[in-house]
Amino acid sequence: MNNMNIAFSEMQETIRMVQMESLDIRTVTMGINLRDCIDRDAKTMMDNVYQKITSYAEQLTTVAEETANSYGIPIINKRISITPAAELLGNATTEEAVQFAKTLDKAAEDLGVDFIGGYSALVHKGISKGDQTLLDALPEALSTTDRVCGSISVATTRTGINMDAVKQMGEIIKKSAELTSEQNGIACAKLVVFSNPVEDNPFMAGAFHGAGESEAVINVGVSGPGVVLNALKKHPDADLGEVADVIKKTAFKITRAGELLGRVVADRLNLPFGIMDLSLAPTNAMNDSVAEILEEIGLERVGTHGTIAALALMNDAVKKGGAMASSYVGGLSGAFIPVSEDNGMIRGIMDDSLSLDKLEAMTCVCSVGLDMIAVTGDVTPSALSAMIADEAAIGMINKKTTAVRVIPVPGKNEGDVVEFGGLLGRAPVMGVNAYSSDKLVNRGGRIPAPLQSLIN
Amino acid sequence: MTQTRAVVSVVGKDQVGIIAKVTGVLAEHKFNVLDINQTILQDFFTMMMLIDVKDSNKITELEKDLNKVSEELALEINIQREEIFQAMHRI
Repeated sequence: MNNMNIAFSEMQETIRMVQMESLDIRTVTMGINLRDCIDRDAKTMMDNVYQKITSYAEQLTTVAEETANSYGIPIINKRISITPAAELLGNATTEEAVQFAKTLDKAAEDLGVDFIGGYSALVHKGISKGDQTLLDALPEALSTTDRVCGSISVATTRTGINMDAVKQMGEIIKKSAELTSEQNGIACAKLVVFSNPVEDNPFMAGAFHGAGESEAVINVGVSGPGVVLNALKKHPDADLGEVADVIKKTAFKITRAGELLGRVVADRLNLPFGIMDLSLAPTNAMNDSVAEILEEIGLERVGTHGTIAALALMNDAVKKGGAMASSYVGGLSGAFIPVSEDNGMIRGIMDDSLSLDKLEAMTCVCSVGLDMIAVTGDVTPSALSAMIADEAAIGMINKKTTAVRVIPVPGKNEGDVVEFGGLLGRAPVMGVNAYSSDKLVNRGGRIPAPLQSLIN
Repeated sequence: MTQTRAVVSVVGKDQVGIIAKVTGVLAEHKFNVLDINQTILQDFFTMMMLIDVKDSNKITELEKDLNKVSEELALEINIQREEIFQAMHRI
């Protein structure tokens, strides 16, 4: 390898990507299995959990920072994902489940990781005792902790949609928002409702350490909308085939950087390297926007006609470039379209180009779903549930992951702008359809799994 | 053992003495410069040096001294292991 000298122009390109175009490793996430911590006594179990997490991840932030430093590419977040907590809470009371979340919060704080994911339950077919305990505890757990993220799987292509769980989720989201009304309903920013969740996702708030995973593992999420945007700006007259090519090549480079660093971190921590997640994740940094990539491809404003086509092209090209660059691609891998974290999306909404309906349609062709969307505080739980059901149906039918992370901001109306702070950004509050979905939601039961043939 | 190399990049406003100061620090820490390239890119002085890293433990100290130069001359100076460039630009 060392014989292949790198041209100075290539070095310049890498340096420019990091220093001027916000190339970074968005997250190095350590997945940890907690099943061996289970104990009949809740206190003992929580001690076991705290001990296990803090000893396994003791070196995580140090090693990640050292690695970032020596390769000159920042690793923004160091995170932890755990076995879905509901699997440990079979004998727990709701109070103990809340205490469990606080234990996770404490572990995360002591380790210096910004989020710990996996306060989760998989209820896409049915709800077990532990699952229900976790669901009951969710609003309080999320509103009394800072770093704990929860995710609930309510649907899969193979099981259909559990509408009883969907109904509960609407109520849980509403209640979580109300419990954190002082902070614009921030608890909801840490809660994702999934259809077809993946077990090795390194990104928050939806990360958990799935049943098929090893004892502990390092998963990596790269980012780089800014890099893709800048690469496209150099080709204003390229046709769409060439546009796809530019995106592929850029995604390749980003992914290779992420894989190299991820492997070094895994190696130094003596853990297996799990997967690279190729998602383009925007931030509020200047030009680090997925929406602006779509506009660069040829839209005056994101949300106008042609948005889905441009997004489909981009999302597919990112995957192709990334899949070539790494043997172990996993997680969600695509483009994220969180509204509050993407300046271009925010502008699209402010300029009346981008609507909730269009955002929903966009989730048909990219990962993941309705993400970081602020809706009016007076939205009903059943409207939230119906929104989740729609998104779950898109995921179920299209055999893909979809998710809902909406924040009904207490006391806010359509057109208001709310600040969530930090990586979570700010969002214009959107209105929802005024007509009721109560009857659909209250029917309960399950929407049956779809046919896998006759697929038009 | 394979040779470990790193890239030192210097970006900032052009001024007298950049190369002298940076190479001075490298010499002080006994790092051999294998290749050097310098240009003016969009009004910015850009220099890249390939250096031989015999003992990667010494990098931290080198970084400390380079940071001083970086502050003194208001330049962006970075050291990156060469593998990152191999990974990104070679299949």
